[in-house]
Amino acid sequence: MTLPGPAVTADPVAAHDAVEALRVDGVTVRLGGRTVLDDVSFQVGAGEFTGLIGPNGAGKTTLFRVILGLQQPTSGSVRVGDDRRSGRDVGYVPQKFLLDPDMPLRGRDLIALGLDGQRLGVPLPSRARRARVQDMVEAVDAQAFADERVGRLSGGEQQRILIAHALISRPQLLLLDEPLANLDLRSAQEVVGLLSRIATEQRIAVLISAHEMNPLLPVMDRVVYLAAGHAASGTAEEVVRSDVLSRLYGHHVDVLRVHGRVLVVAGTGHDEHAPLDDTGDGSAPVEIV
Amino acid sequence: MFSGFMVNAWIVATIVAVVGGAVGFFVVLRGSAFVAHAIPNGSFAGAAAASLIGINTLIGLGVFALGSALGIGLLGRRGRHDVATALTLVFALGLGALFLSFTVEYAPEIYSLLFGEVLGISGNQLGPTIALAAVCLAALVLLYRPLLLSSTLPDSAHARGIPPYTAELAFLVLVALATTMTVPVVGTALIFSLMIGPPAAARAFTTRPLAAVALSIVIAVGVAWAAIALSYQTNWPVGFYVGVISAASYAAGRTWTYARTRRPRKRHRVVVEAAFTP
Amino acid sequence: MHADLAAIIAPGFFSSSSVRLALVVGALVAIVAGTVGVFTVIRGQSFAGEALGDIGASGGSSAYLAGIAPLWGFVGISVAAAGVMELIGIQRARGRDLATGIVLGAGFGLAALFLYLGTLSSTTGATVTILFGSIFQLDTSILPLVAVFGAVALVTILALYRPLLLVSVSPELGAARRLPVRLIGGLYLLAMALAVALSAVTIGAILSTALLVGPAATALQLTRRPGRAIVWAAVLGVGAMWLGILLAYDSYDWRPLHHGWPVSFFVVTLVLVAYIASRILPARSATRRG
Repeated sequence: MTLPGPAVTADPVAAHDAVEALRVDGVTVRLGGRTVLDDVSFQVGAGEFTGLIGPNGAGKTTLFRVILGLQQPTSGSVRVGDDRRSGRDVGYVPQKFLLDPDMPLRGRDLIALGLDGQRLGVPLPSRARRARVQDMVEAVDAQAFADERVGRLSGGEQQRILIAHALISRPQLLLLDEPLANLDLRSAQEVVGLLSRIATEQRIAVLISAHEMNPLLPVMDRVVYLAAGHAASGTAEEVVRSDVLSRLYGHHVDVLRVHGRVLVVAGTGHDEHAPLDDTGDGSAPVEIV
Repeated sequence: MFSGFMVNAWIVATIVAVVGGAVGFFVVLRGSAFVAHAIPNGSFAGAAAASLIGINTLIGLGVFALGSALGIGLLGRRGRHDVATALTLVFALGLGALFLSFTVEYAPEIYSLLFGEVLGISGNQLGPTIALAAVCLAALVLLYRPLLLSSTLPDSAHARGIPPYTAELAFLVLVALATTMTVPVVGTALIFSLMIGPPAAARAFTTRPLAAVALSIVIAVGVAWAAIALSYQTNWPVGFYVGVISAASYAAGRTWTYARTRRPRKRHRVVVEAAFTP
Repeated sequence: MHADLAAIIAPGFFSSSSVRLALVVGALVAIVAGTVGVFTVIRGQSFAGEALGDIGASGGSSAYLAGIAPLWGFVGISVAAAGVMELIGIQRARGRDLATGIVLGAGFGLAALFLYLGTLSSTTGATVTILFGSIFQLDTSILPLVAVFGAVALVTILALYRPLLLVSVSPELGAARRLPVRLIGGLYLLAMALAVALSAVTIGAILSTALLVGPAATALQLTRRPGRAIVWAAVLGVGAMWLGILLAYDSYDWRPLHHGWPVSFFVVTLVLVAYIASRILPARSATRRG
């Protein structure tokens, strides 16, 4: 069940782009007797920065797998751009990646693999190819370390390389699975700033999954909040509200705003001063900034 | 040592090293040393069976190498991969022992199959060996990019249409193919050393993938030539020299890495001032 | 009934002293290998076990050259190799496979050399014995040695049982509880070296992993509880060993050469069949919760 949010924003540029970057329509996924996603629908327009917010286990990774074509939905459909969904037009930065420190691969080489890594054969050296890779290196601000062994870079640096790897094929949609999860605050801010710039400048739709929405609040055009398999989409003001989230979670949830930050709290529902720890309604998480 | 009957040995040693060094790049990249050890040893049974039936050794090697590769792939898909590799390997070796027990004089035969024999390739096998090597190298060239992507970023590769299991199977078959023609002369027991020592050394000396492949081939050829020459001079088995000299090349690479990472690297860090987000 | 039994068990089986010795030694070794092997599988160290076996071949062959019982060589070299592997950091995940393989290559290369030197002094040399085992040619003097080495390995495992289990499943948890993770791992490698050496005496150096890993892996398919798995592994190991000995004895008249099929072949095949059966037959619903 998706609660009604407003239609795509009234931005004249967006209205001019007749095609959304991503359209998810009534996607339901049942796995092993459990309904992981229940009638999830939302759209992401070209160049929009969207956060897929929800507690761990809500189904965010499953939804990503459906969008990427790695998981068939029980019902519903996904469309990327104007094609019937093809996995090629989506750039993907996975949550977990393990890069061997001894591997003979520079950041630059990994980025180049994003261009044509799935094609057979050996890459022939070409000036055009080198130039495109260099463009991407500069776009993600990786000049300082693009020629080092990618396995020796820090987590944040590796992530930037992976973002470039995902973007170099000029996808219409960029998916990032929990990119902020293991970063310190400053790196998180850098990455968010970088992604927001990319979304705007290159008109690429960005969909980030996160269980903590506060670092994204300043730049998100749209929120898709996923809880217990149900989704609500709209702007942050429209979606991140006690009544909306309570309906998603299926039990009472309070949304507090403190100094511009958002706090989602499980409560009993009777008391306005809800205690901060969960008093037994269920398993709603407490997010503390 | 360069006289007529040794010519074959030199040619085959070079082929073995080129193929082994090239395929070894992926063996080391994927951390599959055990698999590289298991498949050639599995092919041992095939060579034994071939000599029993009286057909070309290469056919026996090929069939059993492929069988081992598929056995490891299948058994290892859900269960413990290392257990699957170990059991496939020992079963194949046990079969080899059985087949060889069917021959009368089997001790020397076991020995040269396992540890190599400088004159272990006859003239009429040279042609098929060269042909197989060409096929293997062509396959490697074709698979280079997708295998590199899948080995380093399996999720990204999967999203681009390369499932990890497919890449694994392709890799296993590639190793089986490489094994088939590289085993004569060096022996099943120690051919894998050529597939792990030189590539491990090569990657210590360069950061670029294609350069690492090339360097791996060069080092492997060096090891193979040294092994042939020393074996010819001392009569000691080729496999012994391959094992020991490959280990030395690995040690050289590791020493180099150790020495380099002790020096502080100079990097020009670009400092980005983050905007404060209230 | 008597006739059926005679068909399965060829005459002279129980009266042959070498068979009786093989049965006893085989059972002892299978129990030790199965116990140690459960942890090998849990720790994912099958390759290290395989490496110790192959390297042990160099010990067995050098012992043969020196004219002493191969068991001493197997034990000595395996233990030394375990020490070397520990030193170059086999316990750390990074580069572990590679280091194991390199040491294996060097060690097995040495075995090749010693076996070759062995052929210089006698025509057949020790290749088959060392590599593929010769359980019917054992001397009774080996029995106390097997008992002692086996006991050392078993005592090590049983004394370390709970800490070993913890650090095998989660080294981080073990470190958090201030367990000496590295020391425990090192002692475990030692026990594995002994188990592999004993196994090599019965079915050969390069096949020794079968007894170590096979019954244990099968047992862990049947139950999640390590204690039960150890019992199962020992039972399966002894079963495979005894059945293998029986079949090898029976095969004496079989074609093609009427000198019997190798024991090691039977044992290894039985072990593999048991493992595949445990993977295919879905008998695990009750233990999923375990």
